[in-house]
Amino acid sequence: MEELIEFISNNLQIVYIIILAIFVGVELIKSIPAVLHTPLMSGANALSGVVIVGAILVMLHSDPTDYLALALGFVAVVLGILNVVGGFAVTNRMLEMFKKKK
Amino acid sequence: MSVTLSIIYLIATVTFIVGLKKLGHPDTAKSGNLIAASGMGLAIVGTIFIHDLEVPTIIYVLIGVAILVGSIIGWLIAIKVEMTKMPELVSLFNGFGGASAALIGIVEFGNADISATSASIVATILAAIIIGAITFSGSLMAYGKLNGSVKSVIKIPQYNIVNNIFIIGVVALAAYLVATGIDSSILLYALVAGGLVYGVLFVMPIGGADMPVVISLLNSLTGIAAAITGVLYDNMVMLVGGILVGSAGIILTIAMCVAMNRTLVSVIFGSFTATGGPESAN
Repeated sequence: MEELIEFISNNLQIVYIIILAIFVGVELIKSIPAVLHTPLMSGANALSGVVIVGAILVMLHSDPTDYLALALGFVAVVLGILNVVGGFAVTNRMLEMFKKKK
Repeated sequence: MSVTLSIIYLIATVTFIVGLKKLGHPDTAKSGNLIAASGMGLAIVGTIFIHDLEVPTIIYVLIGVAILVGSIIGWLIAIKVEMTKMPELVSLFNGFGGASAALIGIVEFGNADISATSASIVATILAAIIIGAITFSGSLMAYGKLNGSVKSVIKIPQYNIVNNIFIIGVVALAAYLVATGIDSSILLYALVAGGLVYGVLFVMPIGGADMPVVISLLNSLTGIAAAITGVLYDNMVMLVGGILVGSAGIILTIAMCVAMNRTLVSVIFGSFTATGGPESAN
């Protein structure tokens, strides 16, 4: 508990950002037509690929002789960019289909 | 962090918000997707090139190869797969994102001097690993269910109780590691395995018709894992992007349940409640 309070007081700015971002996320998705549920899920999935930024940071900070960290970082970058590129491309395809239907 | 990179991250974050907003309206959805994608591209390029680290060329080459290989594979899968297979594809990509977060956590656990690191940072690393592992195996399971390679709905007796005890055990092990500061790779791998097993246990009893809801929920979890790694690196675009996906994903999950005339509880705990089961809902 003490740790938690200490964490909050040390990272007050982050705590504020998290809370505000939660509300922004909720407001953005309110009252979405049901046909857009799947493309929106797909788009949000592509955005969660932002984790690739962390994977790149891992590699940039790696010691070139630390092969295990490099290998794991390499795989993390591949998987992260798969999530990003695949995610946005799939969303785009879904939305194209959606337009033709109209 | 340089000011330029901070501004790039700020722009990227704004494109994520605008992109999500536009994705919510039929006429603007396509442009919203493109805006968010370009913001993501900007953040990735900025992260690679704008920093004051001394990075050997070999690492740049490795990053370049990784991005090239991943992009080509991701692009090919995305454009080749049949339209009817889209939801399972989303699940697959989502699982990759979760795995990426878990791997980042594993590397950071190896890099950190755990006994000397503050408990909140160790907790952050472990949370990224556990949530990442759960979304990875859970998403692959959902993928398998949708494409038919995992056919039956397997229910172990009293699976709700078993699952809950299992995840409490995993969290307790993580709490033990945080409290004691033990730098044990065996316990770390036990945690990874625990997360992976829980992901399977969580998705296994849920029926195929409810998979889109589960995928949306797992997607939201990946967002949270990304946000947690963002806290680790004090990186705003990861933090805000992850939290946006996390909160928007939960709301979207609930909206999908409502559209199917279900509740989230009846989807997850299916046969456990009287109102549950896809048949009885219709």
